[in-house]
Amino acid sequence: MSGVRVLVGTRKGAFVLTSDAKRERWDISSPHFAGWEIYHLKGSPADPNRIYASQSSSWFGQIIQRSDDGGKTWHQPGTPPGEPTTTPDGTPKAESNKFVYDTSPETGKPLTTHQWYDGTPHPWEFKRVWHLEPSLSDPDTVYAGIEDAALFRSTDGGQTWKELSGLRGHGSGPAWQPGAGGMCLHTILLDPSNSNRIFIAISSAGAFRTDDGGKTWQPINRGLHSQYIPNPTAEVGHCVHRIAMHRSRPGVLFMQKHWDVMRTDDAGESWREISGNLPTDFGFAIDVHAHEPDTIYVVPIKSDSEHFPPDGKLRVYRSRTGGNEWEALTKGLPQSDCYVNVLRDAMAVDSLDRCGVYFGTTGGQVYASADAGDSWAPIVRDLPAVVSVEVQTLS
Amino acid sequence: MMIRITLPPHLRKLAHVDAEVKLDVEGQLTQRSVLDALEARYPMLRGTIRDHVTQQRRAFVRFFACGEDVSHESPDAPLPDAITTGAEPFMIVGAIAGG
Repeated sequence: MSGVRVLVGTRKGAFVLTSDAKRERWDISSPHFAGWEIYHLKGSPADPNRIYASQSSSWFGQIIQRSDDGGKTWHQPGTPPGEPTTTPDGTPKAESNKFVYDTSPETGKPLTTHQWYDGTPHPWEFKRVWHLEPSLSDPDTVYAGIEDAALFRSTDGGQTWKELSGLRGHGSGPAWQPGAGGMCLHTILLDPSNSNRIFIAISSAGAFRTDDGGKTWQPINRGLHSQYIPNPTAEVGHCVHRIAMHRSRPGVLFMQKHWDVMRTDDAGESWREISGNLPTDFGFAIDVHAHEPDTIYVVPIKSDSEHFPPDGKLRVYRSRTGGNEWEALTKGLPQSDCYVNVLRDAMAVDSLDRCGVYFGTTGGQVYASADAGDSWAPIVRDLPAVVSVEVQTLS
Repeated sequence: MMIRITLPPHLRKLAHVDAEVKLDVEGQLTQRSVLDALEARYPMLRGTIRDHVTQQRRAFVRFFACGEDVSHESPDAPLPDAITTGAEPFMIVGAIAGG
């Protein structure tokens, strides 16, 4: 029987929400990793029982957790509960939380600093994993987007991690600056038609693409215009908040930038604005309908200094035309006195017929629509502040 | 020598242990030798108490021995006899003064 599993990361733990295909009645798990910040959880497209989670805290740093049974039980990769933590010769089995920047003489040595907020050089310092993107084909391969911005990959199920340092090393790395949330690599899009092509985005450096599996990268920010930076059309420095792709058309990308909703039809070679009639084009989340590549969703937020919906009305906006023409979706959403935010990784879609759309708020609500956004209802109202939402469609 | 180490609640859960861990440590007892032994037995704690590479204590973690804050002592300074004999635990504490 088909159904959905919604993976929710919050400021104080992770929650797994499950339902059958009707998406009317939901089971809410107890918190996993209670008390820790869970920036992201995501399941493997190749094995839905395999889920990766980023668990972090200011006190104890970064932990990677993995479930092999659909989120029921978790362990740090390499050290399953109840099993010896060392090999027979005494060597620790794994260090699944070890993210160390490449400092090798060949590829990593020149990568010493980025810019601090005031423009002075600042050393790269690992803070946390913002986003985990499992491979489309191999459950043991997973990418991690981290702060300070870099891309890591594990090919052994999250036990060990290696930086793809060509990203920081492509030339502009020393000029990258952090955004208000830190200098995070928050978006990783794997091209389903070309295993060597990956898109990533960094706040606030911009978007980048590799066509050789991560060895070399190029900035793809042409057409972006950001008035808050000294050169509004600079090659890097744009605060990209989120990029979304429909798997049937991977050369078309939709972007929610700090301000402006943007679109490219040539894999990032050029972008054009599609904000159209949105009440404000500031926001964080953006996603694409599972079956209609030109149907996209955003949640407009008032401004960069007022992170809540305009007029106290929580509205998802949907375009069925690939942008520019937007309609407000309000049925079932609070239309007065609502001052929550919807963060960049906190929106997702399922692939049932009709497409389900989900988003979480900083007020702890997770809203779901089982009719492509026409109507909404909260799955749960009182979680800790929601940081991320991902959905698995189960057959 | 068998020593006692107390861990903060979040790290107990990660290591699947109770509040206090008993470990057999060889040689002179120092912060470094205690943490080396702890991380060898519980590798899931690597990186949570001190940095993977620099081995520096994480900023929001503190160490106490016999009621004294030894967080800023040299990692190679000998720990008190009462820790060595197991009479007192070596305490690893999340740095929280209040809420």
